Amino acid sequence: MAGKVKWVTDIEKSVLINNFEKRGWVQVTENEDWNFYWMSVQTIRNVFSVETGYRLSDDQIVNHFPNHYELTRKDLMVKNIKRYRKELEKEGSPLAGKDESGKYLYLDFVPVTYMLPADYNLFVEEFRKSPSSTWIMKPCGKAQGKGIFLINKLSQIKKWSRDSKTSSFVSQSNKEAYVISLYINNPLLIGGRKFDLRLYVLVSTYRPLRCYMYKLGFCRFCTVKYTPSTSELDNMFVHLTNVAIQKHGEDYNHIHGGKWTVSNLRLYLESTRGKEVTSKLFDEIHWIIVQSLKAVAPVMNNDKHCFECYGYDIIIDDKLKPWLIEVNASPSLTSSTANDRILKYNLINDTLNIAVPNGEIPDCKWNKSPPKEVLGNYEILYDEELAQGDGADRELRSRQGQSLGPRAGRSRDSGRAVLTTWK
Amino acid sequence: MLQEESDLSLIIAQIVQKLKGSNLYSQLERQAWASLQRPEIKLESLKEDIKEFFKISGWEKKLQNAVYSELSVFPLPSHPAAPPEHLKEPLVYMRKAQGSWEKRILKSLNSMCTELSIPLARKRPVGEQKELLNKWNEMGTDEPDLSLFRPVYAPKDFLEVLINLRNPNYENGDSLSFRTHLGLIQVPLKVKDIPELKECFVELGLNIGQLGIDDSTQVPPELFENEHVRIGQKVLAEQDSAAAQQYIRQGSPTALRAELWALILNISSQPEDVLYYEQLKTNVIQHDLLVDSLIYKDVKLTASNDDYYFVFEDYLYQVLLCFSRDTSVLSHFAYNSASPPKSYIRGKLGLEEYAVFYPPNVAPLCFLYHEPSKLYQIFREMYVRFFFRLHSISSHPSGIVSLCLLFETLLQTYLPQLFYHLREIGAQPLRISFKWMVRAFSGYLATDQLLLLWDRILGYNSLEILAVLAAAVFAFRAVNLMEVTSLAAAEAVLADLSTLKKT
Repeated sequence: MAGKVKWVTDIEKSVLINNFEKRGWVQVTENEDWNFYWMSVQTIRNVFSVETGYRLSDDQIVNHFPNHYELTRKDLMVKNIKRYRKELEKEGSPLAGKDESGKYLYLDFVPVTYMLPADYNLFVEEFRKSPSSTWIMKPCGKAQGKGIFLINKLSQIKKWSRDSKTSSFVSQSNKEAYVISLYINNPLLIGGRKFDLRLYVLVSTYRPLRCYMYKLGFCRFCTVKYTPSTSELDNMFVHLTNVAIQKHGEDYNHIHGGKWTVSNLRLYLESTRGKEVTSKLFDEIHWIIVQSLKAVAPVMNNDKHCFECYGYDIIIDDKLKPWLIEVNASPSLTSSTANDRILKYNLINDTLNIAVPNGEIPDCKWNKSPPKEVLGNYEILYDEELAQGDGADRELRSRQGQSLGPRAGRSRDSGRAVLTTWK
Repeated sequence: MLQEESDLSLIIAQIVQKLKGSNLYSQLERQAWASLQRPEIKLESLKEDIKEFFKISGWEKKLQNAVYSELSVFPLPSHPAAPPEHLKEPLVYMRKAQGSWEKRILKSLNSMCTELSIPLARKRPVGEQKELLNKWNEMGTDEPDLSLFRPVYAPKDFLEVLINLRNPNYENGDSLSFRTHLGLIQVPLKVKDIPELKECFVELGLNIGQLGIDDSTQVPPELFENEHVRIGQKVLAEQDSAAAQQYIRQGSPTALRAELWALILNISSQPEDVLYYEQLKTNVIQHDLLVDSLIYKDVKLTASNDDYYFVFEDYLYQVLLCFSRDTSVLSHFAYNSASPPKSYIRGKLGLEEYAVFYPPNVAPLCFLYHEPSKLYQIFREMYVRFFFRLHSISSHPSGIVSLCLLFETLLQTYLPQLFYHLREIGAQPLRISFKWMVRAFSGYLATDQLLLLWDRILGYNSLEILAVLAAAVFAFRAVNLMEVTSLAAAEAVLADLSTLKKT
C-alpha cells in the first residue's frame, strides 16, 4: 500500500488543509485520481446523482453519505423520526411507550413540527389548541439562521395558507418549503442568557450503526438577555444562537466568541443543580443522538466509501430536558476565536484518524473498526455490532452502553434489552 | 494558667456580646418561647429541657456553627491596655505604610473627580433611577464613555509600595551573607518554612486522597472518590461547620461545594438577608458613586473577555455595586489595617465608601450560586474573611506582605539556582507571581482547579496556600525558566496556567 494519499477539497479552510499537509498527503484536482475528497454538500449531490454521478473505486473516500439530507434537512429529519416512532409503536416496543397525555416517554425529543405548506391545516388545528404559544418558522434548505422568524399569530403566516388552499397542482417548488415548530420559550438560562449546544458526532457506518461523539462540544450564548416577551420576538439577537447572527450584535466579543466548553457547562450544572440531574441530562443527550441516527439508518444509503461528521444542535429547557433542534451535515469549519481554531483543527485531526486509518491509502472494504488509541477526543457513542455481540458477554455490552451510551436505569431496563438486540 | 483562663473568658464574653446582637439570638429566643408549648418541657426542669430540645432540633448545631465562625474570624485578644489601632495592626510601621497608601489612593481619586468634574457621590435624578432599575439585570449592555477613567492603581503599583516597606528598628547589616534575603520584600516577618508548612497542611500529603487528582478517570472511584462523596453528604446532613471545614481540606465534590461553602462561612439565606440585599440595591439605584464607573470599567476589561466568566458579567456588576455600599462590611475594619475614607453626599448624610478597592474575585463564585442575594452574601463573607488581606498592608500571616515573603523564601531556599538565575536576568520571581496571588489566582487557573484551590483556603482558614502554589508553579516550570533570558520571556513561560492541574 505504498504511495501518498491524494486529496481534494472544495472547502478552502485552513483547519482542513493543515491537517492534510501534516500527514504528508498530496493535493490533486478532482479530475485526477484522488483518494480522499472533502466535499461540500453540493458536490456530493453531483457525485451520487443519477445523471452525472460516477462510481467510486475502492480506494476513494468521501466525507458525506449520499442521502445525508434524510437527517440534515429539517423536514426530512422530522419525517424520519415520526416514522421511526410509529414503527416502534406498531411493534409494541417498550421504547415507544407513552404517558397519560399521549406523549412519548422516551422518544419525545423533537419539538412538535409541521411542514408547510403541506401540513398547514394540521398545524392550524394544533395552533388553536394553545393560541398563546410561539412558533418558529425555518426554511428547510437554509443554514446559519437565515430566513428564520418567530410568529405568535396565524396572520403572520397567511401566505402559506393561501397556497395550500389552491389547487394541489400548484408546484410546491416555487414556494420554499418551511417547517414550523413549537418554539421552546423556556430555555435554560445561564447568566440570564439563552444558549444552545453544538456537539460533533462522527458516523462511520449506518448498518451496523457505529458512531462517535466528540468530547469537546461547546455552548453558544446569545449576547443579549433572553426575554420571552412578545415585543422582542423580532429581535434575533435574543433568540437565535447561531454565531453567524450573533457576531453582528453590538456586544459580540471576539475573544471568547460567546462560547463555553461543555465541561464548563457540566461544572456549572453540577455545582448549582447537583450531580444526578446533570448526569441524567447528559445521558439523555446521548440517547437522543443515538435514536435520531437509528431513525434514519434504514433509509440511509450506507455507501462504504462514506463517513460523515455531523454538527448536532441541542437546546436544554429549564426543566433540564434536551431537545434536538437540527443536525448539520456541514458544520462550520470557520474559526471565530483562537480556541475555536484549535478545537476545529483537533476535530478534523481525530476525524481523519478514524476515517482514514494510519493515514494510508484507504481501502473502503475495511471493517471500519479503529483501535481505541486513535480515537483522540472522540468516544464511542454507540456500536451496534458490539452491542449485539455475544449474549453471554453482557459485561461488554453494558460497558459499551455505559461508556457514553444511554444509561438505562429506571424503567428503561427493558428498553435497553430491546436496544441491544435491535438490528 | 490564670492568663489563659482570663483570656478564654475574655473571648467568650466578646463572642457572647457579638452574638447577642445577631439574628440567631432572636431566633433562638423565639424558638425557646415556642418550645414552651411542647409537652416534654416541664417547668421544674425548664433549663435542661429546653437545652435538650435545642440539641434535638438542630438549633444547638446552629449555635455551635455561629460560635465556630466567630472564632475563626476573631483576632487574638491582646493586652487589655492596647489601643484599638493595635488590634488592627500591631506593627507601627505597617500601619503608617497602609495609611500613606490610602492617602495616595484618595488623592488620586479626588484628582480624578476634579479633572472630570464628577462628584465622588451624588444622588441620581428620578428618571435615571428608573432607567437603572429597568436595566438592573443587563448592565453589561450599557456602553457609557469610560475612556477618561483610569484605574486607580494596578497591582504593580501596590507591589512597589510593598517592596519599599522597611522596618526602622531592624538593622540588616551591610555584609552579605548567605542568609541575606535576595528577594524584593525586605521586611522581617515570620513566615513558615517547609517543615512547618508540612505540619500545617498535613491533609495535603501524598498519602491522603485528594479531589482533583484521585478522582481522575484513571483511578477507580471505589478507591477514594465514592467514600469522599459519602462523607461529604454526611457532613452536610449534620450541618456541622467545623467538620465541613476539616472535610474540605481534601477538596469538595462539585455537587456539594455550594452548600459546603455556605456551611463553613455560616451563611443561611434568611428572608432578612434577601431584604438586606434589596436595600443595598436600592442604595445603588438612588446614588451614583465614582467608584461605580471604576468598577464598571474594570469588569468590562477583565471578566467580559474571559472564556469562563463572560456569561456572568451582569451578576458581577450587581454584586460589586452593592458591595461598595455595604456598611456592614465596616465591622471587618476592626481587624483590617485599612480604614475606610468617609465621604458626604451633597446635602445628605454621610455614606461610607471604599476607595481602597481592587475588584476582588466574584466571578468564580458565579459558578456556584445563581441567586443574587446568596451570591452576594457568600462573596461578602469571603471578602471580609480572606480576600481583604490581599489588598491591605499588614503583618498578618495571611496578609499579602507575608504571602510575598513566604513565596520568596520558599523559592530562595529550595530552588536557589532558579531564583538566582531569574534575578540575574532582571525577572524577580515575585514580579510575576504577585498578580497571581493578589487575585487569588482567579483568572489564571481553569475554574474547576480554582474552586479546588479555594476549597483549601476555606479548609485551612488561611491564604498561605496561595504562596505555596505560586512557588510550586515556578518549580514545575523550572526547566523552561532556566533557559529564558528576559523578563518578558519568563512571563511568557508562565503565562498560561490554565493547563496546570493544581496538585
